[in-house]
Amino acid sequence: MDRIVLIIGQRAARSFLGTSAISLKSQSNSDYPNRADRISTSPEYFAYPSDMTGHDHDHDHHHDHDHSELSETELRVRALETILTEKGYVDPAALDLLIETYETKVGPRNGARVVARAWADPAYRARLIKDATPAISELGYAGRQGEHIVAVENTPQLHNMVVCTLCSCYPWPVLGLPPVWYKSAPYRSKAVKDPRGVLRDFGFELPDSTEIRVWDSTAEIRYLVLPMRPAGTEGWSEERLAELVTRDSMIGTGLPKQPHEVG
Amino acid sequence: MEGAHDMGGVAWSGPVAPEPNEPVFHAEWEKRAFAITLAMGMPGGWNIDMSRFAREDRPPADYLGMSYYQIWLAGLERLMLERGLVAADEIEAAKPLRPAKQVAKKLTRDGVAAMLHRGGPTEREATSPARFAVGDRVRAKAIHPPTHTRLPRYVRGHVGTVEMLHGVHVFPDTNSMGRENPQWLYTVTFDGRELWGPDGDASLKTSVDAWESYLEPA
Repeated sequence: MDRIVLIIGQRAARSFLGTSAISLKSQSNSDYPNRADRISTSPEYFAYPSDMTGHDHDHDHHHDHDHSELSETELRVRALETILTEKGYVDPAALDLLIETYETKVGPRNGARVVARAWADPAYRARLIKDATPAISELGYAGRQGEHIVAVENTPQLHNMVVCTLCSCYPWPVLGLPPVWYKSAPYRSKAVKDPRGVLRDFGFELPDSTEIRVWDSTAEIRYLVLPMRPAGTEGWSEERLAELVTRDSMIGTGLPKQPHEVG
Repeated sequence: MEGAHDMGGVAWSGPVAPEPNEPVFHAEWEKRAFAITLAMGMPGGWNIDMSRFAREDRPPADYLGMSYYQIWLAGLERLMLERGLVAADEIEAAKPLRPAKQVAKKLTRDGVAAMLHRGGPTEREATSPARFAVGDRVRAKAIHPPTHTRLPRYVRGHVGTVEMLHGVHVFPDTNSMGRENPQWLYTVTFDGRELWGPDGDASLKTSVDAWESYLEPA
């Protein structure tokens, strides 16, 4: 058995948030009072500053505020967009399309298709490992923040994990924009030193005998983890296999779903 | 520079807190901040290393006290102010107070797909052979540049092994000041205990991507 999955899941990580939220509240910052989503921590989504939230998601944060009051940051962004538009530097229609692209078109389903093809097609897998950028481009994914991609393969002896300790480098064409935890201090500091501790934060452990290989993306090379194909998926189509591939399994902070989890 | 952004191995950060079903953006303003940052790259004319330096070059308390897109916004404002594209009093007034600067290019809606597809490849043609080969033992230099660098503190002075060659890439330390100065780029892998001492995880190997001038033979 090459890995042990503890059924703690994300509940465990969530329970830690209470303490960090309290300690953060005590740090005042005159420009950004009561900011609980600062980069030094992960998002306290239950305590996300009410004046900073959108209206289109379902976290259990507080909604007892007046939406007519805009935060300093919201006003500043509006001011900038107005100035840049009126000066003719930006086209609001282009801004809308940029947002739409990363909200609806470019995301981890792209990477899942790459992984599923590598699982289903040994020749594709070989091309992906040898030179990932053109192999990924075969499926139509290329460009910004994915100009030079390397795919790294998990085995029963080796588990790969990807981080960017200096900022937030992430393979956008295959995974989309990075989640907040990936950009936060806890992940950026801990992954290179205590990746097993990170995996525990994500609710699972690997045997001591598994080598852990952490890739710090300090240049413009972007890394994509090729997770191990789950057992019991012989003969599955690429489409079905892709349903098993989670975003975190392609970063190395998670594992693919098991066949029974996708029905 | 040794700012708060260089986080590898620091001990004060607490557990990683994944967010179930995380949205791509957490607020409307984050979407607009993201989009104006991407769109301004074209008329602004700066490169990725200038952007990174504009974000990371700020007092640690400020860096750590801001959210991710607030840092993006602060970096964008700085780049635009430095180039006179906007002025502080205009941001204060929330409207233009003087004419626009002449800019070479502007991102239109029709140009978005091509801009994203093109990206910003950093590989350049090699003009000299690589100094190191796969398997070579190398030491990351103990350098402390006051300007932008992509050699994280936690590997400086430590010995690792060259694992990959990636060709010749634009050198961020000088690119942040407008000179590409391309160099060979390597993946260098360090044992956990080399980096973190005898209590480090013996099953851990950590790599960075390092330009040739960051390295010396060990």
